[in-house]
Amino acid sequence: MAVGKSQSLFKEKPIKILLAKPGIDGHDRGMFVLAKAFRDAGMDVLYAGLLPTPEEVIDTAVSEDVDVIALSLLNGAHLTVFKKISDLLKKRKIDDIALVGGGTIPDSDKPKLEKMGISGNYGPGTPLSTIIDHVTKRASEARLRKLGGR
Amino acid sequence: MSSQPESFWAKKIEFIQSRRPSSGPGQEEWRKETLQPWLNQTGAKLAEKENSSGIKIKEIFSEEDLGGDLDERLGYPGSYPFTRGVYPNMYLGRPWTMRMFSGFGTPEDTNRRLKYLIRHGETGLSIAFDMPTLYGFDCNNSRAEGEVGKCGVNVTTLKDMEVIFKGIDLSKISTSMTINAPAAVLTAMYVAVGKKNGYEERTLAGTVQADILKEYIAQKEWMYPPEAHLRIIRDMMTYCTRKMPRWNYISISGYHIREAGSSAVQELAFTLADGFYYIDMGLKNGLSADEFAPRLSFFFNSSINFFEEIAKMRAARRIWATVLKEKYGATKSRTMLMRFHTQTSGYTLTWQQPLNNIIRTTIEAMAAVLGGTQSLHTNSYDEAWALPSDEAVKVALRTQQIIAEETGIPDTIDPLGGSYYLEWLTDKMEEEAYRYFDQIERLGGILEAIKKGYLQKEIAATSYRRQTRLESGEETMVGVNKYVEKGEQPINILRISKKAQSNQIARLNQVLSSRDSKKVDKCLADLERAMENDEENLMPFFIRAVESYCTLQEISDVGRKVFGGWKEPVIV
Repeated sequence: MAVGKSQSLFKEKPIKILLAKPGIDGHDRGMFVLAKAFRDAGMDVLYAGLLPTPEEVIDTAVSEDVDVIALSLLNGAHLTVFKKISDLLKKRKIDDIALVGGGTIPDSDKPKLEKMGISGNYGPGTPLSTIIDHVTKRASEARLRKLGGR
Repeated sequence: MSSQPESFWAKKIEFIQSRRPSSGPGQEEWRKETLQPWLNQTGAKLAEKENSSGIKIKEIFSEEDLGGDLDERLGYPGSYPFTRGVYPNMYLGRPWTMRMFSGFGTPEDTNRRLKYLIRHGETGLSIAFDMPTLYGFDCNNSRAEGEVGKCGVNVTTLKDMEVIFKGIDLSKISTSMTINAPAAVLTAMYVAVGKKNGYEERTLAGTVQADILKEYIAQKEWMYPPEAHLRIIRDMMTYCTRKMPRWNYISISGYHIREAGSSAVQELAFTLADGFYYIDMGLKNGLSADEFAPRLSFFFNSSINFFEEIAKMRAARRIWATVLKEKYGATKSRTMLMRFHTQTSGYTLTWQQPLNNIIRTTIEAMAAVLGGTQSLHTNSYDEAWALPSDEAVKVALRTQQIIAEETGIPDTIDPLGGSYYLEWLTDKMEEEAYRYFDQIERLGGILEAIKKGYLQKEIAATSYRRQTRLESGEETMVGVNKYVEKGEQPINILRISKKAQSNQIARLNQVLSSRDSKKVDKCLADLERAMENDEENLMPFFIRAVESYCTLQEISDVGRKVFGGWKEPVIV
């Protein structure tokens, strides 16, 4: 996705992103770093708080009309917990919100998460710029679907 | 912002500043006569350095940097203010306790790992619990799906604790349990396991973390509002002070504050500020500092900036002793001395080129030993990926054994004492910590500061600054932002089987069908009434409940009903 195109796409309304730690996991350092980085990159950033249920995450995402939900877990439960979010999104037939993930996710789990529609899945040490670029790309896709659907 | 002249903290800051020398003619002369001409001649540069706390580090330190009476602020090992160590013989009596934090999967898995470590020379147990246990959810709760046994061992009922400690002699080894929100319940379970195996509660030795303040600051594992947890901690304090003389009921923890992103000074200051709060709480409840302060222990992080960590640990001991004596009127040495456990930093471990983590851990472990720790956990090289494998955890334990028995580092006490740089840095960290105590008091105390999100914001700001410095290359993480290798091979990591959850649920179902449900109902009803009455000490109620095989969540849910939940202040 060309930068110019995505920029014009978000000129009226910047990328809106919901950060969520949907499992039983208090490791929020990375989330707070990302929150600041996304905000510095011009995005509109929301945080779902600690221990939200999958339903709460999706409800907030829908009512706030976000482009992207960014999921983070560092407790090893990503395969089970991320799946709940992705299943719920599908069940509610929501296709204009992108899912991205991150945390301590072994390489071998990444294809499984991709299959659920959860991309990125970055681990520790990933440059912020890589994450921001990826979120921008996924947000553009989501935004185009939102616009196309209206 | 100027300090209020009347505050205890402001006076300490003033005192520390007063002993700072105003000029250093020797250093000035060296700069002018030797350094600058050399730089001019060679065209070489002088890099500017600062540590994690943002303290600028000069190119040279000398006696000129140490004003005042150095002996007075160092003391000798085992004597006030304990800068050089808490015991007169330190590691010459016996080395620090090698206490490896372990726990994963089912109680059977963890029992095997504990015995494996004891067989390889570990000298104290340290139990890690999984997320559902830490938050007081049972293994069959839908929220626990996929999380059972992942980050530690799962404990749903007393039955699980019986399995964890099966065949381990609890009169010979002490146990540290990293548990906070449900700490009183786990203490009750430990008492119950002890009783079943014939050990009286007064003989049981160990520690529960139970430092709920740092949960709100950093680790974020709570069940109720702060006041409710603090009341339960109060009950545990008063119960254990009288009945369990070898039980350390709070391990005041900076580790998680640091891992959440703080600097070394913030870790030092916020942790000690939490400690002062617990002292105030004990005093308010009729205990004297001399009676209960000796039971408080601390837990610090040892990160990668070698001298900064050593200075932090030495400053911590000095501040604690000074404040206990001068502010709280402690009279006994034992009350003023700060004992602490140390764990090497998880955050400094890299996912990339994981074998490098062995070196990082070694350096951090050396800092902890030179900082005078009482016990130590060394992280395993694979822990940026997952819980450690048997092989990795053995290397980590061997690292400690090599430091203790091969290097000669512990051959004399506080070998770095008197180093110009280290002593200057110790003074500086002390001063910066007092500034934070002063600021926290202005905000209305630690609890108010937490509720306002002040500490959390300070930590998040430091962590973000560090990340941006890594991005810009001002700070280096080898293998991450420098000396990067493409196409790294994954290492073998420990995977927790899904069976952990089904096994746990099967055991729980067995317990549920065999327990006396009338007794369970009565215990929970009694507990509810006790929780509603602030005068009541909850410990005996917890012990009766776990002995009747009430589940952790049944007990926790009574608290959720009586006390309610907690939403943290918004800081993003």
